Amino acid sequence: MSSAMIDLILQATLDTLYMVAVSGLISTLVGLPLGVMLYVTRPRQILAKPVLNQLLSIITNIGRSIPFIILMVAIIPFTRMLVGTSIGINAASVPLTIAAIPFVARLVEAALNEISPGLIEAAQAMGATPWQIICKVLIPEARGGIMTGLTITAVTLVSYSAMAGAVGGGGLGDLGIRYGYNRFNPTIMLITVVILVVMVQGFQSLGDYLVRKSDRK
Amino acid sequence: MIELSNVSKTYFSNNKGNGSNAIHALKEANLIVPKGTIHGVIGLSGAGKSTLIRCVNLLERPTSGTVTVDGQEMTNLSNAALNRARHRIGMIFQHFNLLTTRSVFDNVALPLELMGQKRHTVRERVIPLLEMVGLADKADQYPAQLSGGQKQRVAIARALASKPQVLLCDEATSALDPQTTSSILELLRDINHQLGITILLITHEMEVVKSICHRVSLISDGELVEDSEVGDFFTAPRTQLGREFLNDFLQLTPPKELIERLVDTPGDNTHPVVRLTFSGDAVSTPLISRLARECGVDVSILQAKVESIQERTLGLMIAELLGTPTQTQQAMTYLESHQLQVEVLGHVQRND
Repeated sequence: MSSAMIDLILQATLDTLYMVAVSGLISTLVGLPLGVMLYVTRPRQILAKPVLNQLLSIITNIGRSIPFIILMVAIIPFTRMLVGTSIGINAASVPLTIAAIPFVARLVEAALNEISPGLIEAAQAMGATPWQIICKVLIPEARGGIMTGLTITAVTLVSYSAMAGAVGGGGLGDLGIRYGYNRFNPTIMLITVVILVVMVQGFQSLGDYLVRKSDRK
Repeated sequence: MIELSNVSKTYFSNNKGNGSNAIHALKEANLIVPKGTIHGVIGLSGAGKSTLIRCVNLLERPTSGTVTVDGQEMTNLSNAALNRARHRIGMIFQHFNLLTTRSVFDNVALPLELMGQKRHTVRERVIPLLEMVGLADKADQYPAQLSGGQKQRVAIARALASKPQVLLCDEATSALDPQTTSSILELLRDINHQLGITILLITHEMEVVKSICHRVSLISDGELVEDSEVGDFFTAPRTQLGREFLNDFLQLTPPKELIERLVDTPGDNTHPVVRLTFSGDAVSTPLISRLARECGVDVSILQAKVESIQERTLGLMIAELLGTPTQTQQAMTYLESHQLQVEVLGHVQRND
């Protein structure tokens, strides 16, 4: 294999990691508060706002129901407005982030569901404000579940980022399609797949480690 | 210290097509708990105990009525003022409700953190509390490493961290085994005694009421139907439900085969079966032999028990009075004149 090819593979790996990191980070920053909102605005919850809750829930569901490949194409104007181009890794990171936000939000909400309502009641009895309950009870107690959710998100983003390759998004998926598939090069195809497998394993192991560390049950 | 006046709580559940369904969890409840006392509220599950205790710190907002704690009316406070008021009301729960991701120390520190206290002030407060509940050596452990009794001790330390005037106990011993229960009750009694904290507890166990309460209220179907000194409640409950609780506790019910033979109205050849409750001086008086001598009535004892309830002694007996109707009537009058409670359970056909 030529050294140019090796450089290409290396670059593609870094590109994939970049896309997963950027979209993972931003979707966590937005999805975590959204997930908490979905939970605390439910009826009879600490910040019950049934109408807002319904609205957020519907928006989240819409976000989750659009197939990624369609979403990617559909938001091209938005992507172009945001990063100035519709191809490349920065452009691919936009739909990845948009797709991951509702995903993270629902996983955070699911993690919060696991908390015993008694803990919230105990905190209220101590005179905790809703904000204190969120920061000192909900998020710390759901930490393990949130870590699990973020691991799932990272793994999903790896495979979604490969899909972004189909529309010239860059990264390992792009490489696999252009060199492996279009030019019938099974070696390149195999290498990209192996790298993706290793990457997913890595994220999963890291995630499992963090979950173990934060879990005291 | 705690005063509920005309507190009602109604839940509305919207059944589609059925209109709305109102559930009256609490009906016009009135309760006064004086400073420094331990007051128990006993009732069956679903009677409204939980709602009642949650109305005190407004975890449940009453539909109507007022709640006053330490001279402060809770029901019309702003959110911020309510949170401040809650710092002066500790609460412990059946399932402890400790934070699993915080160590024992940090759990007890939580209320102080919420109040915005400084790290070293927190430390100065938490360590003595852990010593008081006997868990100073467990400060760095996590709740999952503790037994049920230890968890409740941590919860008690946590509830006391903000130096409350009042401690609410929501079935605090119901998830614990009998031995652990008595050690937790002892701790609560010490807290009441040494710190003068007023305790309101709800329970379904007579044992809890018997061992630590000063006064007890009986709740049934959302209503407080009885309110008395513990000694009085255990010797002479005024309601049918109160008697059932007591009999259940004392396990003093007539044998099954006797119940089957009991009839409500006396016939020609029947004897009354009575339950006698006696306390105070009557316990030490040889009444049974006097009955035989003075009324000519023989007494066949079916079941008997003597209990000591705090400082009082309570005797209970189920007996068949053997004699003519006039004689047995006389005997009952005689017993009543000696401060015994006589309850006729029914009449049983003579065997001979």
